[in-house]
Amino acid sequence: MIHPYIPHTDEDRARMLEALGLSSIDRLFEVVGEELLLEDPVPIAHGRTEEEVRRMIDSIARRNIRGIPFLGGGSYDRIIPSTVQALSSLPSFVTAYTPYQAEMSQGLLQAIFEFQSMVCEITSMDIANASLYDGSHAIVEAALLMVNAKRGAKRVLVSATIHPFALEALQTWVLGAGYELEMIPEKDGVADLAGLDIADDVGGLIVQSPNRYGFIEDYDGIAELLHEHKALLAISADPLSLAIQRTPGQWGADIAVGDTQSLGLGLAFGGPACGYMAVKRPLLRRIPGRLVGMTTDGEGRRGFTLTLQAREQHIKRERATSNICSNQALAALMTTIHLSSLGWSGMVEAAGQSYAKAHYLAHHLGRIPGLEVPDAHPFWCEFPLVFQDANHLETFLRELRNEGIFAGVRLSTLTRKDTDESVLLVAVTEKRSREELDLYIRTARRVMG
Amino acid sequence: MSRILDTLRYSKDHEWVRIEGEKAYVGITDHAQDELGEIVFVELPPIGERYRKDEEISSIESVKAASPIINPIEGVVLEANEDLDGSPELINEDCYANHIYVLGSFSREEYDSLMDGTEYATYLASL
Amino acid sequence: MIEPLLIEKSVKGRLAYRLPPLDLPETFVRELEPLPAHLRREGSARLPEVSELDVVRHFTRLSKMVHGVDDGMYPLGSCTMKYNPKLGEEVARMAQFTRIHPLQDVSTVQGCLSVIHSLLEDLSAITGMSWGSLQPCAGSHGEYTGLKMIRAYFLKQGDRRRTKVLIPVSAHGTNPASAAVNGFDVVEVASNRKGLVDLADLKSKLSDEVAALMLTNPNTLGLFEEDILEISEAVHEAGALLYYDGANLNAIMGKARPGDMGFDVLHLNLHKTFSTPHGGGGPGSGPVMVNDLLRPFLPKPDIIPQEEGYAFDWDRPDSIGKVSMFWGNFLVYLRAYVYILRMGGEGLRAAAGHAVLNANYLAKKLAPYYEIPYTSGIMHEFVISVKNYKERYGVTAEDFAKALIDEGYHPPTVYFPLIVDEALMIEPTESESPESLDAFIEAMIRIAEKAKRDPASLKKAPVSTPVGRLDQVKAVKDAKVRY
Repeated sequence: MIHPYIPHTDEDRARMLEALGLSSIDRLFEVVGEELLLEDPVPIAHGRTEEEVRRMIDSIARRNIRGIPFLGGGSYDRIIPSTVQALSSLPSFVTAYTPYQAEMSQGLLQAIFEFQSMVCEITSMDIANASLYDGSHAIVEAALLMVNAKRGAKRVLVSATIHPFALEALQTWVLGAGYELEMIPEKDGVADLAGLDIADDVGGLIVQSPNRYGFIEDYDGIAELLHEHKALLAISADPLSLAIQRTPGQWGADIAVGDTQSLGLGLAFGGPACGYMAVKRPLLRRIPGRLVGMTTDGEGRRGFTLTLQAREQHIKRERATSNICSNQALAALMTTIHLSSLGWSGMVEAAGQSYAKAHYLAHHLGRIPGLEVPDAHPFWCEFPLVFQDANHLETFLRELRNEGIFAGVRLSTLTRKDTDESVLLVAVTEKRSREELDLYIRTARRVMG
Repeated sequence: MSRILDTLRYSKDHEWVRIEGEKAYVGITDHAQDELGEIVFVELPPIGERYRKDEEISSIESVKAASPIINPIEGVVLEANEDLDGSPELINEDCYANHIYVLGSFSREEYDSLMDGTEYATYLASL
Repeated sequence: MIEPLLIEKSVKGRLAYRLPPLDLPETFVRELEPLPAHLRREGSARLPEVSELDVVRHFTRLSKMVHGVDDGMYPLGSCTMKYNPKLGEEVARMAQFTRIHPLQDVSTVQGCLSVIHSLLEDLSAITGMSWGSLQPCAGSHGEYTGLKMIRAYFLKQGDRRRTKVLIPVSAHGTNPASAAVNGFDVVEVASNRKGLVDLADLKSKLSDEVAALMLTNPNTLGLFEEDILEISEAVHEAGALLYYDGANLNAIMGKARPGDMGFDVLHLNLHKTFSTPHGGGGPGSGPVMVNDLLRPFLPKPDIIPQEEGYAFDWDRPDSIGKVSMFWGNFLVYLRAYVYILRMGGEGLRAAAGHAVLNANYLAKKLAPYYEIPYTSGIMHEFVISVKNYKERYGVTAEDFAKALIDEGYHPPTVYFPLIVDEALMIEPTESESPESLDAFIEAMIRIAEKAKRDPASLKKAPVSTPVGRLDQVKAVKDAKVRY
């Protein structure tokens, strides 16, 4: 035995090499050529036993420090039922690959079908795919879809209020790809959509609500305006917020995107998250990624299979409009289990409690001299807290940290703009207790007083 | 052997064209439908748009393949064959009786430069 | 037994979970104004109303209708379905990782940053490259990122002519798709009789319009591109760059390095080579690694060591920018890090050696029964063609695949690569013992005999699964993709 992950004994090797008429495994590598073959193992540490690695990882993990997180900016600490971890860890789910062989993968296919259905229900859309990498990737795929769906489309309009990192991912995509982004400016913290000018070469508009500051945006009449110019509307939304805010489908959007992180996925230092995309029926053949469909077998039994594969890269190759292959299947499964456990009433409760608790904190912080909570627009579970200057903000963060509270995300961490250095994004989820909220408020009063 | 009609003109991308008065009917050839297998979807081009020769105008799809329809002559799309929407298999049944779209204000010059039945047969044999 | 959809078991009023009650002061809650009506959702979403046990049974039953590596051999070619160590799962569940927010102050995430930095160091040593980024979330996402860097590199030089990417006909579909998504034109390169890149064809297509050649090595036939140094020289002489698709790195990991072969940029599939579980189709992890030439173009931020611990470095003017929301699929590459720690340099080398030994042993034993069109220099996988069975008995690659399901195996990759008719692509990985290989061989022989004796029976396979072969035409035509 060489290693617990490699079962071959000396006798096994000898027997197999004999069958091949070879003297050693090295003979199989001669084709690589002497010039390229390494004489020694690559210079990394020697292998360790399981217990040694466990100890080592333990000591690394201890260098991470946890606090009571009032952190958002695209990732939220929410209540997750125990069923999610237990059931998504079932080994057949974990160690299978993409369900290419439908008969042997019915369980996985059905779970994805349920995921697609739930995403449609939540967003009020017709078709949802089996998942994308994350919220930023979903936005990039939405942009790709827009320029491919309209003949002659060269530009995509993007609201300046979408998540700063998603905007950066879009800017990466556009680099040298032959398309242009046109920024729609913000006004008082929301997209300024009045006087929207839609030229012939515009494929569509991408907006986000709650937006990068946590504000809920108003898209009244926007879809209609875009459709007059054969352009599409994509709305990015935290899916949990759709339990209370108007849905992309209800605004008339053609594409709904976002990340299901807030539906059953942990913080996990940002990943895996799980991008989603849902579209209206006419875009069925334009949606990227895997799709599972319901059908029947020869005996009329109901079954599930990957379908409409002619859209995908392994068939269309260079004519494909997206290159996605692997998605975030296991993360999508976690969301499916989460939603199955919570149900609609649980979703409404979680979204509603987040709203109430965030407003409770905002209400009390807003009354502390030196802190300002802008109130020009409604918000859901995250709001900007404005300080006199960056120094005050840093002191505030430090002092709350001493009480075990991670008070918020510096806006400048996301935008890397000096002008944002006095703004803190504060997120409050249903998971934050009254005690934690009151501790935050008490400490804030002390620090600012 | 795939079926070729002498009354039609053909492109290298396996599209056929038939002219009736001011209209040019466009479909895919027997060779193309045979290559695709069971057709499950035909995308219909948007009415009123002008397409150049050799521009990708729409696509046709079987379970395991998707193939672009390359517009064989310049023109403006007048009609699309709505029958194909619910019954794309009509193309498998008779690809010459079931056109995909109709062009108006089309280029006669480009039509004249397409292959006739004999030339197309030779072309197929050369593939 | 068909498991109903959970929504079909839904009973109004049933509850699988209850949140803690809202504990804010009553007066506050009473006076709290809701969202303005015009911004509020109308109507509800149809989600299951079931008990907790209903949820548990539903997903437990579904999991029994899935075949994973833990259930049995999974020789899916090009996907490297090796054993996924349980230690990786244990570590990925530690609260000190799962409950860390991506935007915490850097002083509080030093553990995560050290994992990223150490893993990049190890991957650099393994691939022979100078540095990388863990942001890409899957192999094709890595391709996208790598090609974007190539694009940025030429744009930086003011070279806008290089709009073509050369890709062998045998390549994975993601290669041409990733090139197209990046706005490149794809030019195919032919294979020669041995199944390798046709050098003459390659050279004839190289020009000052070519940005890169994308190559998988060993290629999708499982063959090592033995002319790689000459290929590399030709590509670089033409001013183009060389891209390595790391899908098949398992064959040579620890034995040879893409960096030494002259590759400028590559992506890895940690969910293949470095044993992170495939999760039913993801999440994967597709790091990109580059040489010094392309290092300035890596996604940002980079992670850099400082006097005390690590920090994010955003000050990278030539970077292509971000490619994912935060820092990539952390819990996935954490598992890969654990795997590398377990294996060490010698272990990785041994894994490659035994993966190649297993594939060659299988090919040798199956050769009397199945045609293997390309045999010279088989590495970690090989492709058989059942073309002759199709011609003589009407049995297709799909029929063979379905028959294997009834034998308890996940079938190999079918109908790929495209240059082999009726292809079955077999990759046993190093995880399988000779006994399990022998059992697989016997199953393949039984099926071959059946194909001759009773071809009709293979057409009916599989019969041991909850459903038989599904109506794909109906699936596409109905396009019923939601409840």
